[in-house]
Amino acid sequence: MNTLATVTRYAAPLGLMDVLQVTILVLVAAGATGVVLVRDPVRQVIGLSVYGVLLAVLFLAFQAPDVTLSELTVGAVILPLLLVLTLAKVRRREE
Amino acid sequence: MTPAVRRWVFLAGAAGLAAFYLWGLTGLPGFGHYPGPYGDLINRIAVAQTKATGVVSAINFEYRGFDTLGEEFILFTAAIGVATVLRHLRGERERPARDEAIDRNVPAASDAVRMVSLILVGPTLLMGWFLTSHAQTSPSGGFQGGVVLATSFVLIYLAGEFLVFRRISPLDVTDAVGAVGAAGFAAVGLTAVAMGLPYLSNYLPLGSTPGAVSSSGTIALISFFVGIEVAAAFILIVSELLDQTLLFRQESR
Repeated sequence: MNTLATVTRYAAPLGLMDVLQVTILVLVAAGATGVVLVRDPVRQVIGLSVYGVLLAVLFLAFQAPDVTLSELTVGAVILPLLLVLTLAKVRRREE
Repeated sequence: MTPAVRRWVFLAGAAGLAAFYLWGLTGLPGFGHYPGPYGDLINRIAVAQTKATGVVSAINFEYRGFDTLGEEFILFTAAIGVATVLRHLRGERERPARDEAIDRNVPAASDAVRMVSLILVGPTLLMGWFLTSHAQTSPSGGFQGGVVLATSFVLIYLAGEFLVFRRISPLDVTDAVGAVGAAGFAAVGLTAVAMGLPYLSNYLPLGSTPGAVSSSGTIALISFFVGIEVAAAFILIVSELLDQTLLFRQESR
């Protein structure tokens, strides 16, 4: 049976790149969990922005610089900005 | 359905999901082992065929240019949707948000935020323009460049200069630039048809040096059009939302 472990062939003992990739994967998982666990919307948006940066670093570590740029601009800047603006609007109506 | 039954239904479903998920995982190719022929093929021929060293851009604006055209119009349509939903309705009137709280004014941007924003405007604009105009040479492209260009406009707003933001990106000009960008992409394709070539064929001279800014024919041109369209679309969306935030709308009674 083809399990992940049998097919994966590492050329050498863990290199610097492998360490970086595993580290960033763990950080992204932690970041995503953190964004979900935070309950205050404004803090959540800030967390989402940080999570966007983490994802961008993830894509960079996996050699996809194009996706890195897209994630950095959309995930870390534009999406949080739109959410913050929406929150500001909603809060004003609630006051 | 009692809570106990519900729990059993959930557990059965979760077990089934876990089983199928693990089964699926066993069939995955190994980490870093790309099984498809398409990427390998593109890697071998793209630079020679398009004279673009930004192979991702070559794929986006050439090999699958038609899909990218569709994606560009998704963003275009989304911006139109935001502008339509947030339009001024008859009977709505606006007044500045500071009227809402009599005892306090809207806090002004702090000096630190103002200064950092103003310092970043120039480099951001340059970076956006660089990304937009270098799709053919390096990992970049009209989409990323356009978003960065829009960000530089937002920085001007962050610096507390809403009026300047409005003056340098009036809504009708932004609309027009977005429309020109979207139509420009489609027009590049139609020009090819008029020349008797398939839609979106690369009809411009490719140049002889792979990786030169002037090489790659229509790839650079399409990236430019995508760049201004994306920048305009995001500026439009952000300024519509800013309108909502800064101005209080009220049904006139």
